[in-house]
Amino acid sequence: MDQPDLPDIAHQHVAFDDGLALECGVMLPRLVVAYRSYGALNAERSNAVLICHALTGDQYVAERHPQTGRGGWWEAVVGPGLPIDTDRFFVICANVLGGCMGSTGPGSARDPAQPDLLWGTDFPPVTIRDMVRAQKRLVEHLGIDRLFAVVGGSMGGLQVLEWAATFPAHVFAAVPIATAAYHSAQNIAFNEVGRQAIFADPDWQGGRYWETGRIPARGLAVARMVAHITYLSEQALTRKFGRRLRGGQAISLFGDMFEVESYLRHQGSTFVQRFDANSYLTITRAMDYFDLAADHDDDLSAAFSGTRTRFCIISFSSDWLFPTAESRAVARALNRAAANVSFVEIASDKGHDAFLLDEPDFHRTLAGFLAGCAEHAGLPA
Amino acid sequence: MSPAQAADIRATPKTLRLDQRLIADMVAPGSRVLDIGSSDGTLIDHLYRTRGCDARGIEIDMAEVTRAVAHGLPVMHGDADSDLAQYPDSAFDYVVLSRTLQAVERPREVLRQMLRIGARAIVSFPNFGHWKVRWQLLWWGTMPMTSVWNRPWHETPNIHPCTIRDFFQLCAAEGYVVEKWLAVDEAGQRSPWRRFPELANFFGEQALFQLRKI
Repeated sequence: MDQPDLPDIAHQHVAFDDGLALECGVMLPRLVVAYRSYGALNAERSNAVLICHALTGDQYVAERHPQTGRGGWWEAVVGPGLPIDTDRFFVICANVLGGCMGSTGPGSARDPAQPDLLWGTDFPPVTIRDMVRAQKRLVEHLGIDRLFAVVGGSMGGLQVLEWAATFPAHVFAAVPIATAAYHSAQNIAFNEVGRQAIFADPDWQGGRYWETGRIPARGLAVARMVAHITYLSEQALTRKFGRRLRGGQAISLFGDMFEVESYLRHQGSTFVQRFDANSYLTITRAMDYFDLAADHDDDLSAAFSGTRTRFCIISFSSDWLFPTAESRAVARALNRAAANVSFVEIASDKGHDAFLLDEPDFHRTLAGFLAGCAEHAGLPA
Repeated sequence: MSPAQAADIRATPKTLRLDQRLIADMVAPGSRVLDIGSSDGTLIDHLYRTRGCDARGIEIDMAEVTRAVAHGLPVMHGDADSDLAQYPDSAFDYVVLSRTLQAVERPREVLRQMLRIGARAIVSFPNFGHWKVRWQLLWWGTMPMTSVWNRPWHETPNIHPCTIRDFFQLCAAEGYVVEKWLAVDEAGQRSPWRRFPELANFFGEQALFQLRKI
């Protein structure tokens, strides 16, 4: 929409010129992983915590975002003295494969030799496991064999579960938050509405919008608005906006009459400044494919058989996008695998977004779990 | 949360209840233990710290679960009636059910599950055969209220009270071996009626059993 463009930023990254073989069979000729880190890696390289971001998150967890100027998306959780304590842990967060904050994605060059030829919608369909394998390359590059913990909410939680299932020996503790072992039909349905909104925008131009410089801002904004509703709860919307009107009582058909409308439009318009439509399509698809049990003959516990990883599963009572029942199903599957699992549902009326917000019980739980694990892992206090 | 609070998380010492202390004495060091109804995790914390056990908990009250996990203890929200079926056979050396048997929906099934997933079951329960309980029902004709049975009949979660004798009978019917048992009187002393179950059933306020399958 009519917002100024955000500045182009050179994101901190590492490039792997041997590329990455994807699950779909395509070989990415070059893999770039953009990341940020906080705190210091200890001499034993045993205090690394990998944070996996959600669908529209990025690697700027605990610092001002260089493009938007806003604070880090988890700055209440990650930092000195906070639940993920950067005085104690070496915290890493990478932009996901398929993303648009510096990691390889639809906006990247298809061939390292031809920098102007972008992937666009030809970017191969990546999976959550591909994202995790790209992160694994980064972690190895940083000289870390075993992560002390992998932590993430929502799509980040899908990645945490995939990490624990795919690289069990390299994950001491796993904290999947507000997540599930598969993307439900309802979740896929909401993602599909978002994708169709993007496709319906004439400025999408078959995905080759960079050629004209006009981006599918309307479609992407609508996608964001729909998704944003799923991140909240009825109570949270009522508390924040109720039926309050903006301005006077004048009845208008198309103006943003209600405060909730204005809020959603704002969410939509700020989102399109920082996010790429083709990345949105790619990443939502990756979430939709996710079904951890399907890779193990529909037995979720088999995905974790013999695991030594300590798990802490956290859900929120008003989250209807990834409801507690799905977290409980993961916890029970871990029980069937005789895994060490803690499982807490945090009482909150803030919906799915609660994991990003100030929830003291959640923060205490996370801090306590990590502290307990650090003791078991023999990390110095 | 301030750094000071974060540092406090693991510093709070916890006090064991009498029955928990007796249970802890029954558990071999280094064993795998599941505590059903682990409340704030006092027993599993104790078993980990003093006996090097891999001790985990299940608790139905979410506030207690949160407190335990925030204390760094592996506790999951769940209940004895529906969650034990999820565990594989012989996953634990001991499965502990302290002061909860009388409150579960299907005590017999819970015991079966305990001895399926664990080599041994340790069960403690308040004894409904205690003389004060008998006396109140006999003399006053009302549901007994004692220091152990301390909620009125219409509010108590204890839907399956039993006596020590009842419990022996259930163990016999199910073919469980009672490896150890003891009764505790009001003052919290171990009862001297070790050889006389009927006296224990009369004077013991709480009972503690260690079972295994034949």
